[in-house]
Amino acid sequence: MIIIDILQETFWSLSANKVRSGLTILGIVIGIASVITMVSIGQGAQNSIASSIQSIGSNLIIIFPGTQRGGGINAGRGSAQTLTLDDADAIKSEIQNIKAVAPEVSRRYQVTAKGANTNTQIVGTIPEYLAVRNVSMDRGAFISEQQIRSSAKVAVLGSSARDDLFGANSNPVGQTIRIKNVDFDVIGITLAKGGSGFSNPDDSIYVPISTAQHFLAGDIFVSTISVAANDQNTMTAVQQQISDLLLHRHALSDPQSADFSLINQTDIIATASSITSTFTMLLASIAGISLLVGGIGIMNMMLTTVTERTREIGLRKAVGIRKEYILWQFLSEAVTLTFFGGVMGVLLGWLASVGITRLAGLVTVISPSSILLAFGVSAGVGIVFGFYPAKRAANFSPMDALRYE
Amino acid sequence: MIECKNLVKVYETGDVDTIALKGVSFKIEKGEFVAIIGPSGSGKSTLMHILGALETPTDGAYFLDGKEVSKLDEDELSNLRQEKIGFVFQSFNLLPRTTVLRNVMLPLLYTETTQAQREERARLCLKYAGLEEGKYNNLSNQLSGGQIQRVAIARALINNPSIILADEPTGNLDTKTSHVVMKAFQELHRQGHTIAIITHEPEIAEFADRVISIRDGIIESDQKK
Repeated sequence: MIIIDILQETFWSLSANKVRSGLTILGIVIGIASVITMVSIGQGAQNSIASSIQSIGSNLIIIFPGTQRGGGINAGRGSAQTLTLDDADAIKSEIQNIKAVAPEVSRRYQVTAKGANTNTQIVGTIPEYLAVRNVSMDRGAFISEQQIRSSAKVAVLGSSARDDLFGANSNPVGQTIRIKNVDFDVIGITLAKGGSGFSNPDDSIYVPISTAQHFLAGDIFVSTISVAANDQNTMTAVQQQISDLLLHRHALSDPQSADFSLINQTDIIATASSITSTFTMLLASIAGISLLVGGIGIMNMMLTTVTERTREIGLRKAVGIRKEYILWQFLSEAVTLTFFGGVMGVLLGWLASVGITRLAGLVTVISPSSILLAFGVSAGVGIVFGFYPAKRAANFSPMDALRYE
Repeated sequence: MIECKNLVKVYETGDVDTIALKGVSFKIEKGEFVAIIGPSGSGKSTLMHILGALETPTDGAYFLDGKEVSKLDEDELSNLRQEKIGFVFQSFNLLPRTTVLRNVMLPLLYTETTQAQREERARLCLKYAGLEEGKYNNLSNQLSGGQIQRVAIARALINNPSIILADEPTGNLDTKTSHVVMKAFQELHRQGHTIAIITHEPEIAEFADRVISIRDGIIESDQKK
């Protein structure tokens, strides 16, 4: 009975001041909606970065050549030429728990075809590249072992490279492209994958690694070696074994002086998500300020209400309604306002996220935890900002309140 | 039924102590109709607050139905008001923009009664107070002065109180309406209710059977008709 009484009194008194209640709710609605929207943008960014890193391949370890130093000039990580095809072969034959090893020679070149031209990444690699990097074929075939042995002048186009050179959705298999004055026959097109964080696999042209070394780079070095481990749990061990093997092969005893470096995908994801979660926090705390302002709006309204209804509170107390019920009633009014504000704010925030995805093309993710958080915060705001006015009302002395003008 | 023994009330306002009651003793028996009269500042309002369990005396004892009220804490005083006292306030103090029925049911809020029981009781009291049934769902601001007074009386009756206390019930009314209100109290008295009225107008006090006159915090005279 008591709870029903409190809810009924709350309903009556809030509906007696519809405009004021509505405007107060609006403050909370905007606060909650902006928290939900901002967090959804942040989490969307986090997810899309993580998934684009995942799209490079799974359980991937990438080996880069070390830094080239000459005359005190640091040319930057990966600038040295220390990795060879033999290193890749050694990793493949000597390390356990790996699925595939794909060395690659990549460099950007100007590419021409039938009058169109573009500057794109030319990746010289081997058939295992498909498995290591999760690439699949749309049309034709990928590079074969035979083509590597014969240094065949064949090329597989990424879908974006194909679009740039031959037009969208065309089928240029059998036609010719020209890279660094060498003609290549197009033998296949890869399936579009979507952009990844580092290099766009769709905007690449794949050629046999031997062809790339002989006709394009002119040396025996490779730019990176990608290794796919069998599963995530063995990655650290595999990474350590590769490191040891390469140190041994390069005749280096001190790991500090290694002429190569290893990056594993899990680390990249962890780094990227720590950046995006900071970003999410930043957005959420900016939105949180508007929630705070909304809460102060609630307190302001409740204080006005309490002052306005002083006589009524005095009457209630005089006819024997206990102090605690006066407190509960006013607290319940504040919490009800924030609760409805919370519900509407979640809906509005959700709509705004959908709108942002539609109009701005940003990926947004609304997680149940952000909804729960929003509800928790709005109920909390109601209690915190409603308590002081409610306490004030409950402590009125009945006869003073009755005589209040 | 009501017994006051040597009631003293001192208000501490800053450094100055104001003595509102300087030792007031009297008894009110069941079924009496008492008017407490005095000029403003005489202490009659303080006495009313003590009788109505809104305040406790600084010294002395107040018994209602044999129970000592002067020793109760705030929550116990609330309960006592809810169970035993019916108030009719100056200018009646109805809840604004609220139906007649809800106004009458107000004292029963947060008690262990169902909505149906409360409404039944409220209708009974309204009928008793003489408000026509068509007005029960009207809002309080749609009523005339006489109707408001009937609603206020019905509200005072809803908890079946031991005593009905009226604080300047005619304070804001013209002479004609004042007399209508006082007739209504006389009618309640005739039906066996115990009534105490606070007023500063001698002609209003004339409607009661007994007049206690207060001045400067002490009883000046206590006359029964």
